[in-house]
Amino acid sequence: MSDTHHEDVQSHVKTYIKVFVALAVGTLVTVLASNIHLGIVLGIIVALVIATVKGSLVAGFFMHLSAERKIIYWVLVLTAVFVVVMVGLIMFTRQDQQGRQQGIFAVPQGHVPAHLAE
Amino acid sequence: MSTAIEIPYNSTERPDTGLYNAKLGVWLFLASEVMLFGALFSTYVLLRTGADTWENGAKIGLSIPLATINTLVLIISSVTMVMSWASLKIKNFSRYKLYMGVTILCGAIFLVIKGFEYAHKFENGIWPSTSTFMAIYFTMTGLHGLHVIGGLIVNSYLWGPGSKMWKTDPERFTNRIEVAGLYWHFVDLVWIFLFPTLYLLPGK
Amino acid sequence: MTEAHHHEEHHDELPFWRHYIFSTDHKIIGIQYGLTALVFLFFGFCLMLLMRWQLAYPGKPLPIAFLTKMLGESRMPGGVMAPEFYNQLGAMHGTIMVFLGVVPLAVGAFGNYLVPLQIGAQDMAFPKLNMSSYWVYFIGGVVMFCSFFVSGGSAQSGWTSYPPLSVITPQSHSLFTGQSLWLTGMVFLITSSLLGSVNTITTIIQLRAKGLMWMRLPFFVWAQLVTGFLLLLAFPPLEAAGVMQLMDRMAGTSFFLPTGLVVGGKALNVSGGGSALLWQHLFWFLAHPEVYVLILPAMGIVAEVIANNTRKPLWGYKSLVYSVIFLGFMSFVVWAHHMFLTGMGTAINAFFQTTTMIISIPSIIILTALILSLWGGSIRFNVPMLFALAFLPMFGIGGLTGLPLGLASADIHLHDTYYVIGHFHYVVAPGTLFALFAGIYYWFPKVSGKQLNEFLGKLHFWGSLVFMNGIFMPMFIVGMAGVSRRLYDGGTSYLHAQNVLYLNKVMSHSAWGLGIIQLIFIVNFFWTLFAGRKVTSDNPWEATTLEWATPTPPPHGNFLKVPEVYRGPYEYSVPGAEKDFLPQNEPDKKPGDLNNRGKK
Repeated sequence: MSDTHHEDVQSHVKTYIKVFVALAVGTLVTVLASNIHLGIVLGIIVALVIATVKGSLVAGFFMHLSAERKIIYWVLVLTAVFVVVMVGLIMFTRQDQQGRQQGIFAVPQGHVPAHLAE
Repeated sequence: MSTAIEIPYNSTERPDTGLYNAKLGVWLFLASEVMLFGALFSTYVLLRTGADTWENGAKIGLSIPLATINTLVLIISSVTMVMSWASLKIKNFSRYKLYMGVTILCGAIFLVIKGFEYAHKFENGIWPSTSTFMAIYFTMTGLHGLHVIGGLIVNSYLWGPGSKMWKTDPERFTNRIEVAGLYWHFVDLVWIFLFPTLYLLPGK
Repeated sequence: MTEAHHHEEHHDELPFWRHYIFSTDHKIIGIQYGLTALVFLFFGFCLMLLMRWQLAYPGKPLPIAFLTKMLGESRMPGGVMAPEFYNQLGAMHGTIMVFLGVVPLAVGAFGNYLVPLQIGAQDMAFPKLNMSSYWVYFIGGVVMFCSFFVSGGSAQSGWTSYPPLSVITPQSHSLFTGQSLWLTGMVFLITSSLLGSVNTITTIIQLRAKGLMWMRLPFFVWAQLVTGFLLLLAFPPLEAAGVMQLMDRMAGTSFFLPTGLVVGGKALNVSGGGSALLWQHLFWFLAHPEVYVLILPAMGIVAEVIANNTRKPLWGYKSLVYSVIFLGFMSFVVWAHHMFLTGMGTAINAFFQTTTMIISIPSIIILTALILSLWGGSIRFNVPMLFALAFLPMFGIGGLTGLPLGLASADIHLHDTYYVIGHFHYVVAPGTLFALFAGIYYWFPKVSGKQLNEFLGKLHFWGSLVFMNGIFMPMFIVGMAGVSRRLYDGGTSYLHAQNVLYLNKVMSHSAWGLGIIQLIFIVNFFWTLFAGRKVTSDNPWEATTLEWATPTPPPHGNFLKVPEVYRGPYEYSVPGAEKDFLPQNEPDKKPGDLNNRGKK
């Protein structure tokens, strides 16, 4: 891969500029969205979705992931699985707060033994 | 019995994997970094869901304007980083120097702004020990900041003394810039998630 | 194909410090890792020998005067072990054995030395990075060692460092406390591992010789590949957690400190709001894959030694490969079986119990394949083979005793008892360590050009086998009788344990016996190095894998001619062949040969 034609790189450069504009816009959108009172759940979802889109643009175009080799994809997919496992399973273990209506995975009413309920 | 060792696929790609060594190496490293920051994000989630109240960043004293500027600064540096690599691909060394220089400058600006933010907090008696929010804020941005510093050091080396390799082994040098770029983009990517998580998410 | 090469000075002409101290040659780095790890293994073992005095003779002064004097009044007041010192010994024994001993030996030494050789490469993919990994490990080791000598002594909250205890012991913002130095040391060790794993994985994927397809890799290389991924992806969460615990200790944060914590009658002056369980999750997220890091290279070594000494191919090569990959993956989703008693709730307990049961399947497949490999073999009972054979039932016991621990309800009785200690030591001590000994005896001639003495080796083997069982088998009994682990008095104050207390003496005497037996190995090791008889062949075991196709010891660059691979790794006793083994790099003699069976 030693002789890269100028035209190839030129078209790449055009893409980079477009991605930059998208990222800048995305940044402004996410800041503006945070000023709107969407409530907790929707607020989190919107912020994370925008961040994911921006992140995918950086990964896909700046890091050339959209044209990368299979092996790299597999390593990243494996990593993503483990991140989800780590974050997700840890969240689900919050029942150490048994008896208190805490957090997003609170113990539902009726499942708490009487002598533990507050 | 002593031979100069030549490690294959340092600059050229291995046919069946399509990769040169350092590219695989850096992606593996980035995978481990994903796990590192992922652990911090899961800490954020656990601390937040376990807390009675959790303030929105701005209400606690974080400056959204400064952080927004920092986000744009990093995004710009990402563009200039990939442009510096593209310049080498078309054999334009002086363009490379220009773009890499801007990348380094942007990184430095990011750190200066971060420094202001930290100093402002310390002046107002806000420390990591103040609350779990501040603890995770300082730890996440601090670790991210250390990664920015590391990237700055590498990029400065590649801009300065390291750029001599352009004359002796241009392909290998170009690959080095690509690899450094992958790391730098990752640093930007982490910030893209840190920024909304710490500064923008609504409180409870 | 690039024309520019890095003009490296001729390796022979490098000054001593660059040839032997700051070398980038994987073989020298492997030896550095090996020697350093063996020293730490010995040191960690000695810590245990000291602990076992207190367990066998609680409250009695140590009858070794010079040792008592060396340790000093604060550690051994009146010759009797102080409880805090007992805790330090316990925490550091575990830490040193796992992170400074076994992993650097299994991965840093064996992995670094053998992987490039077995895949036909000249070195690792990133030689300078390799050198850095070793020195970062070395610094981590020094930091850990120095932690004994700061005020308050070393870390003393178990190798698991659970908060809040680990955060408040002692309450100090200083970096120079045992626990803070432990955390710092861990950051160095984790960094070393990460750099090493990037190197190993890249090397195996990118630098395989021509003809070395995936299914022709020696099982040892597959084991190292999976181990590399475990280290790469599982260590970072512990690094994050380590930083957070350091912040809790030094910056007054409350990542792991819950609200309302009272220490010594005084409420702690911290923000609170943290979670002690967060540490446990992040710690065990690493520490469970870590135990597979401890066992996988060992399985790899045993596989090589068994194939070679049965003179037949391994049974179920494909099963071994798929099992080790599946095992590696599953190891990431079982961690909370270390936390069954923390109140996570029955649903989550059931989830982790299920994954834990599932993970035993690939483990059993691997063990079974290795056992079945013996059937119909022409077994040579040399020292490496003795250790490899003993590995099988010892690992079997270790694995089977893990099953009740993996079942949440049984674990209620067994958690944090000596049963657990017995379980994991069986896997690591007469398990992994025996495999590592097998490896040392097996590859010693290639590394040094000399062969370890067979008679001394057999003494070492039999003595170790007897004493290992003497130490660890009673632990199941003591544990089931309800004696908790980490008890300073070994259970003396437990009414329900009175009739098993005598076993403490059995275990301690066995431990001291084991120590004496290791002296035989140490003598053999050094005597052979300096005065042993030279091997006459580059391939004294008549093995098939590529590391034996080099001069002895291999020079810088390893192979005189870049090897090409023509067949799988265990072509022993091939019908119709001249010899009972066909090296991987030997070309086929004639076309249409029986050797050329068209297998992948």
